[in-house]
Formats: sequence, C-alpha cells, structure tokens
Amino acid sequence: MADNTKGRRDFMGMALGGFTALGGIGALYAMKRTWDPLPSVKAAGFTTIDVSAAQENVLNVEKWRGKPIFVLKKSKDMKPDDRDVIVGSDRFLVAVGLCTHLGCIPAYAADEHKFKCACHGGEFDASGHQIFGPPPSPLEIPPFKVEGTKVVLGEEGPEYKKMKEAGLTA
Amino acid sequence: MAHFDENAKPFSQKWLDERLAVSTLKRVLSTEYWIPKNINFLWAMGMVLAATFGLLLVSGIMLLMYYKPDVNLAFDSVNYTIMSEVGYGWLWRHIHGVGASVVFLIIYIHMFVGIYYGSYKRGRELIWLSGMLLFVTFSAEAFSGYMLPWGQMSYWAGMVITNLFSGGSLEAYGLVEWIRGDYVPGDAFLTRFFMLHVLLLPLVIIGLIVLHFGTLRIPHVNNQDGEEFDFEEAAELYKAGKVKESKVIPFNPVFLSKDVFVMGIYFIFFFYLVFYHFEFAMDPVNFDPADGLKTPPHIYPEWYFLWSYEILRPFSKDLGLIAFAIAQVIFFMLPFLDKSPNVAPASRRGLFKYWFWIMLVDMIILTFMGKLPPQGIWNTIGLVAALLFFALWIALPIITKLEKKL
Amino acid sequence: MKELKIFGIVAAFTLLLYWGVEPFAHSKMHKHVEGHDFVYNGTADIEEAEAKGKQEVAEAKKKFWADVEKISKLKGDVAAGEAAFATCLGCHTGQPINMGGVIPPKLDHAGALYDKKYLIALIKDPAMASNVDHKYKDTSTHPMGSIKMMMGGDQQIADVVAYIKAKKAAEVTPKEAYEEACGRCHAMRYMKWTQLGETPKFKYEKDALAYKIKVLDEQDAVKKYMGKLPPDLSIIIRARSEHFLETFVENPQSQLPGTSMPRVGLTKEGYEKVKAYLEESGDPSKPKREALGPWVLLFFFIFTILAYLWKKSVWKGHH
Repeated sequence: MADNTKGRRDFMGMALGGFTALGGIGALYAMKRTWDPLPSVKAAGFTTIDVSAAQENVLNVEKWRGKPIFVLKKSKDMKPDDRDVIVGSDRFLVAVGLCTHLGCIPAYAADEHKFKCACHGGEFDASGHQIFGPPPSPLEIPPFKVEGTKVVLGEEGPEYKKMKEAGLTA
Repeated sequence: MAHFDENAKPFSQKWLDERLAVSTLKRVLSTEYWIPKNINFLWAMGMVLAATFGLLLVSGIMLLMYYKPDVNLAFDSVNYTIMSEVGYGWLWRHIHGVGASVVFLIIYIHMFVGIYYGSYKRGRELIWLSGMLLFVTFSAEAFSGYMLPWGQMSYWAGMVITNLFSGGSLEAYGLVEWIRGDYVPGDAFLTRFFMLHVLLLPLVIIGLIVLHFGTLRIPHVNNQDGEEFDFEEAAELYKAGKVKESKVIPFNPVFLSKDVFVMGIYFIFFFYLVFYHFEFAMDPVNFDPADGLKTPPHIYPEWYFLWSYEILRPFSKDLGLIAFAIAQVIFFMLPFLDKSPNVAPASRRGLFKYWFWIMLVDMIILTFMGKLPPQGIWNTIGLVAALLFFALWIALPIITKLEKKL
Repeated sequence: MKELKIFGIVAAFTLLLYWGVEPFAHSKMHKHVEGHDFVYNGTADIEEAEAKGKQEVAEAKKKFWADVEKISKLKGDVAAGEAAFATCLGCHTGQPINMGGVIPPKLDHAGALYDKKYLIALIKDPAMASNVDHKYKDTSTHPMGSIKMMMGGDQQIADVVAYIKAKKAAEVTPKEAYEEACGRCHAMRYMKWTQLGETPKFKYEKDALAYKIKVLDEQDAVKKYMGKLPPDLSIIIRARSEHFLETFVENPQSQLPGTSMPRVGLTKEGYEKVKAYLEESGDPSKPKREALGPWVLLFFFIFTILAYLWKKSVWKGHH
C-alpha cells in the first residue's frame, strides 16, 4: 500500500471521527437537558407567605424549596437588626431553618428568644445570629421580595439585594 | 507466574500486553479478523442491529429517570412528564418507540439474508441458534416494554398474551395468575414486567450478543456465493500486500468502513421516522389509559408479532395454541431440517429457491391478515396462509434432500 | 449494480409490509366518514335517519333544516338582538353553575367559535341542532329546550344570531376556545382543567379535598346527564387520528352512532383553535420536533457522505 493512500485513508477516517464526535456532543447536550430539574420543579420554587396575621414571638415554619423557613415576628423587646425583613411597620426574622453547623432544624425557645439546635448544641438569637456552640455563621436568609403584606420567597427583591451586597444574608 | 518486564511504563503498549494481551485481542477481533470480500450491504445488518440496540439502550436509560412503574402513575409519567416536561424526553421516547419497531425489521432482514444465503449451515449452526435465541429474547423485551406506558393496548395485550399460558383446555389459570401476580394484569404485573424489561432481559440480550459474536469468529461469516475457501491462505495473501488478489479483508478498518457507510444510510431512514413518521410505531390506541372494563374495538399486536398471531387465530383454541407454539420454535430447527449439502444462495438451489420466496410471501400475507379484522375472506386467506406455513416446513426436508450437490 | 438491485428488493418488500399493516389494514378497520367542511345544513342528519329507516324523523329533520335555511336568509337587527340576548344570559352566566345536566357555556366568543346556521338551528331547537334528538322523547326536554318558548319567532332568532356574530366575535385564544366549546364536559388533567374550570392552588389539603369533592359532584351530574363521564382530552390529539377528530367534532354521530355527545357547531377557524389547544396539551413537542428534525437529518446526511468517502479510501486497491 502506497504511503499517500494511507494518508488519505487516515484523513477521511479522522474527518468522520471528528464529525461523529460533534454529533456526540449534541447528544450529550440533550442528555444534560434531560438530567435538568423539570420546569414544574423550577416553577414551584416560589413560596408566598402572608405575614399580616403573624403574632409576635410566635414562630411560624413555612416550606420553601423543600427547606423549612423560620418566620418570626419580632416583639418590641427584641433588638432590631440589619437582617430584619421589614413589612409595613413590623420587623421579621425570615431565615432558612437549618443550623449552619450541619443542617439540623433548631427549635425555638419562645421565652428565651433563642433557637437551640438539638444536634450539637448550637444556639441562635431572634435575629438569627449564632451566639453559642459550633455554628460558624448566622441562619441563612433566603432570596425574598416584599409585596404589601406578603413575602415572596425565591425572588430577589431590592431589600434582599441590599442585604446581600452588605454580606448579611449568610 | 508469567514474566513481567519491570521497566515497562504503566499503560504503555507492552505493559498492557503483559496484563491484558491487547495486541492479541486487537489482532484476533479486529485487524486480523478476516471477512470474505464478496459480500454485499446485507452483511452490515449485524452492525446496524448493534447500533440500534445501542440507541435503544441509551434512550431507555434516559426514559428510566422519570418513568414510574405504578398503575396509577405509569401512563402520565410517560405521556405527561416525559413527553412534555423532561428536556428532550419526547426525543428519547420517539427514538425508543421507533427503535423497538425498526429493530425487528432489521432482525427479519438479517434472518432472511441468513436463510437466503444458507448461512445457518455446515459449521454455522450455532450462529443461527444463538441468533434465534436473540430473536426470542428481543420479542420478550419488546412485549414487556409495550406494557410500560400502561395504555389500552398495553393492558389488553398483557391480558391476551398471558392468557396464552393457560394452555387452552389445560386451563392452567393458576400459572397465568402466577405470571401476573394477580387475577388480572395489575400493579404487580406492571412492576415485574418493568423489572424484566430494564434488567433481566437486557442482561440476557447482552450475554447473547456476546455469544452470537463468539459463534461467528471460528466459522467466519458466509459470503454471497456460499464459496468455501481457505481463510488462512487468503489472509497470508492479504498480509503480503496482495489485497486485490486476496479473498478476504480485515474487519477493521476495511469491513467496518462499509458497515459505517451502511449505518449512515440507515440512520437517515431511522431519524426520518423518529421525527416525521413515528405514529406507525406508537399506536394511537395506547394513548388511551388502560381500562380493565373496556376492550378496544380492534386489538392487534405490534406488526412484528402479527404473523405468529395469525397462525393462532384461524384454528380452534387448542389447535391454535399448538400451532402458535410450533411457529415460535420451528425456525430454530432450520439448520437440521435443511438436508441439502449445499451452502449457496437460494437462487442456485433448485426447489429451495421457490421455498424461500413462498415462505417470505406467506409470512407477509400472515402479517397482513393478523392485523385485518377477523371476518369473511380475511379469515379464509389467513387459514390458507397458516396451513401453507406448516406445509412449507414439512416440505423443507424433502425438497432439500432432493437437491443436487452443486 | 448488484447491490442496488438487492437494495431495491429489500425496500420493495419493506414498503409492501408497511402498506399492508398500516394504510391498508386501517382502511379496513375504520369505516370511512365523509367530512362536510364544517358546513351545517343537516344533510348528514337526514341521511342518518333515512339509513336507519326512520322516515318520520327524516322528514322532521328536513323540515327543520329547511326552516333554518330560511331564517339564515333573514336580515338580523343587531340592536334588537342585543335585547333578546339578555334572555340567554339568564343561564349562560359564565359561572360554574350546573343547569339540568351541565354548566351552560360562556358565550363570550360564541360569534367567533360557532357557525351562523348552527346557532340559528340551536336556538330554534337545541336537540335537533346538536343531533342528539334521539336522547329525548320530545326535543323540548333538552336542558335548553325551553328556549323555544322564550324566542318570539324567526325574526328574533335572526336578530340574536346577528348580535352574537357581530358583538361576540372577538379574537379567541386556543385556551378560551377549548373552555367555551368543550371544557364543561371534558376535563383536561394535563392542563389542570376540570369541568369546573382551572383548578386553583390550595395551601391546605382540606381545601384541596373540598374542591375535589365539588369537582366529583359536578362530574356525577355530567355523568348522569351524558350516560358516562366524557373522556379527559389531555392527549386525545394522539389517541385519535386527525380525520377522526375533525369529523367527530363536526358530527359526533358520524363516528360514534348513538353517542350522547352533542354537535358543538364549531366553524373551521373555531375548530383549528380548539385543535391548537389539544396539541398544546397532548403533543407539546411538535414545534421542537419540527425545529430539530432537519438538523439531525442533515447531520446524518453529512455523516453518510463522509463515511462513503472513508470507505472509498479504505477500499482503494481492493477490487
């Protein structure tokens, strides 16, 4: 077999191989899309909470994207904080109810105004700041948007963006 | 322990050879796996089938991520979640549905090519038998898969086919219930057929494909003249550079390049069906959810089962079942019923030539009749075609015995 | 070339096989039903009655549709029609309140959706117009049968229809078309639609269940009236052929003799809108298929050409 024919043979083989790989990339893209969360899952990523009927110092636990969300209306004797979500004239703690240590759900001790995590003893105050034990950071604040007396979770409103820029959300 | 070269770099040619004999494997299975030169595109059907099986496997894996094998959820998980929510879910389903149908077209072509050229004879019996086992397993795979969308056709096909196991007058309904895990096809039935479809049968198929390839290696594939020659000698000639004079070509890359070209044409056909003509493979009736209290006005199997279904239909219950059972296994017997000493294309084999074409046409007629409503003239034609089918098998040993040695 | 000849034989047998199990078998399985291009003049109804040997019914239908023809020639007065249309609103409130079997449909786009002659016929005699007179001993027992007593003669019918055709004919979306023409009997679970309308979201399971009971009650009422619960239409677009759906909607009796489904009287445009909604629900991948198909085929076209060139270069010197 002459060398030039072999060269041409290899070239065509490689051209075909390269072109097939291109198709393979297309197929991989389709497979990646199949693996993506469903549109219905994404559409369900918003939770609207009406806080008009909330009572002071009573913890309300909502669910957002499968996670518990603490909604606590602050009473007058609780210290105001930059992390508070202000709805009308009321201040609220709105935070993901998972301990920032290892993800357990802390319980609220209403009389002490504290969240206590049963797993490793971490404690948070009514503004979500860690005050005792292993938690490295305050309770995370989910993206929110205030609409009248309602808070929409999953959407980034101006108040949330401001907090995020100030590095207060986590 | 064998000798190992301490200085071989990990994953170098030598290192791999000492551990996995890659060079030998490559030689035996690829560059020095000799294929006769005088073959036509029909010899590419094996690779076309392998490619189709690959498409079925990949699309099936994608479908598995959102399919739910539960009588309450199955239908909507397929028709709503997969078809309208999952990214490209519709594409996988159409590839899977069309692939399941087209794979049988290619299997039948593959089989009739084997019959036409006598590729089941003299040293190649195991190729035929392992191929037939693949055919039967693919049939089971297709049937179990047909249950999964849990539409009207799934349910009623499940009902009818499992009832076959009652054995007619034997009335073995205990066996039927055992297969179903219930009195009727229900949740247990769907879940176990799901298991068969996605695990047990694919495992068997993959094993059989390996066996089928294995049975090819020693006797080598047949050629379009049924010519017998010395492969060793032809291979030496090829290796000496006399590629034009040699009667063989290596599997890789020479035979493979032709395979890939044929596959290209096949893929154009296949994806044309996937995008523009999928309805034939996805019966509209199966888009009605399963209803155990209402039989659809026309029930019929998928087209590839129609010929054997028609053999069941024109006879009385017991006779029909026996005929059906024989039809399922009779093709296994082909290498032993063909008594002729010749390995040659049917066109050169005297009476066998007529046998082949009559058999092909008869099976097509049976296929047509299997779908037509069982009434009037269709019944008569179906009965004649079914009787002819058996007559042909009885005639086969006789006419092949009479065949002259070429 | 020999290979082409072999290919021709394989292709011919494949096509023969396809022809036999698809077009041929299906033509024998399903009787042929002639479409009437959404013209409503009673031809099919009269033929049906005659075919069943019911001369008396056929005569009544002939007379009825001749009257309809006559009324359609009258010039309707839109202003006068508006006053009479108020009568219709007594039942067609747009609220999900069942009246005698089903919830009366909204008439917001009636002029755009329904055919003029059909509307005339419907007001004149609802049971005859929708070709379900076989369900009633006396056609006035149709839930809307009392309309006969309320309308003051042919001119008034012409006026009302003129009003509907002029003032209730705004552009209609596929969804509205489905809601108004089909949605009170046919649920569509993939679109979260029940006989009561679009299912709202409930925060508490108790409310969701209470709503579900309301839906079940409505379904029971429809079932009682229709004989069986009309099927969910989520993927009917794939479960029936295009021809079946078209002729069925035009005249349900043509495809399912004896069915209690009434003729709805959609115009061709109205039907296209309904069909668009059925496609959105049952075959949403259609536009994606059409967009991707040519590219995939182009890919394999080029693939095949490259494969051919590769094969040619590899086989050089082999023959």
